[in-house]
Amino acid sequence: MVKVEGLDKLMAEHPFFQGMDETSRKTLAGCARNERFGAGDYVAHEGKPAERFYFIRSGTVALEFHMPSNDGLVIETLHDGEMFGWSWMVPPYEWAYDIRAVELTRVISLEATCLRKKLKKDNALGFELYSRFVPVMAKRLSSARQQLTDMYGKS
Amino acid sequence: MSAKPHIDAMTPVPFTVTKRTQELADTFTLELTPAVAGGAPAFLPGQFNMLYAFGVGEVPISISGDPAYPEKLIHTIRDVGAVTNALSKLKKGAQIGVRGPFGSAWPVNEAQGSDVVIIAGGIGLAPLRPAINHILANRTKYGRFVLLYGARSPADVLYVKQLQSWRGRLDTFVDVTVDHAGRDWAGNVGVVTRLIGRANFDAHHTKAFICGPEIMMRFTIKELTCLGVAKDEIYVSMERNMKCAVGHCGHCQFGGHFICKDGPVFEYARIENLLGVRGL
Repeated sequence: MVKVEGLDKLMAEHPFFQGMDETSRKTLAGCARNERFGAGDYVAHEGKPAERFYFIRSGTVALEFHMPSNDGLVIETLHDGEMFGWSWMVPPYEWAYDIRAVELTRVISLEATCLRKKLKKDNALGFELYSRFVPVMAKRLSSARQQLTDMYGKS
Repeated sequence: MSAKPHIDAMTPVPFTVTKRTQELADTFTLELTPAVAGGAPAFLPGQFNMLYAFGVGEVPISISGDPAYPEKLIHTIRDVGAVTNALSKLKKGAQIGVRGPFGSAWPVNEAQGSDVVIIAGGIGLAPLRPAINHILANRTKYGRFVLLYGARSPADVLYVKQLQSWRGRLDTFVDVTVDHAGRDWAGNVGVVTRLIGRANFDAHHTKAFICGPEIMMRFTIKELTCLGVAKDEIYVSMERNMKCAVGHCGHCQFGGHFICKDGPVFEYARIENLLGVRGL
């Protein structure tokens, strides 16, 4: 008999959820789905509705801008233990860039509408989740600013 | 170990270009041998020479060859100014003047028994290559060896073949990232500091050597200290406008230090306050 592992247990293994109490994690798991993307598959496309966000269990995804002159510009890659997709939090809830799996990538995704409903009812859970998002966003912003300096260019 | 100029430190010695390699669009490597008897002096990883393009001027350039083979004097140079541009035009057989070696070195002997994390950005890999060569030649004397390298784009990755060779070793962890790339690049994209958390070294028993643009070094130090690497275990290679190379002219003064004489390699704890001074 095949034993189906609970999503909340998979979530507990992801660094984003470390230290989160079991009740909160189980509540979030109610909106979760276990997914996999093959190399080259697109997880999201710029301008499309941001209906889910993702926690990488294993694999690599590339964040890309579509460029008229070429295939696309990769601006960041994300790996095991990282997460992506906070467009679900910010109106108009559309993806800001393309997301492509660089290799076989296993993720847990959370469904945004389901989550918004739960967070409206449970402010403490909302605070808990946002408190975890903000440091990730701050780190990404810092990285993006470093990239903007073009530090390796001729000065 | 010591390595000092073999004659008067202010007198350039003629060297002959025996090989020229175009590394990147704006970066090239010169292999030099002495044009007069006496041989090339020994050098320590991290030291630099003053290279004199006759009739144009002198520039400080880190030595990027293997310290075990000092007879091949190797410099990787970025074409960014009048002198480096003149050097870039030299062909096999041409002569240049060399003074050196000068300055402090990466503490490769003191690092024995510890994990070593080398973090380089852009052409900052060149001054670190002698340290990498030394560590790999004495690999069993060190703990985990990590090399993290960041470049602007895949076309700007220096020493690609050597990085591939180092990465192929089973006793060395090498990770490379670029700031942006096309879809044909399957490697990492993002700043070099993002690689640090995945390198899996023992932060409390690590010596870190960093060389790259100062912004990159500042953020790298921040990341390393957050992980628990002590400030006196972090070494950086500083760059300023060096002229005499022996601490007389003062062009490269950095607070109470002269980069040419007290550096270019500094223990971070010694210069921490100076790195935060604007305009210095």
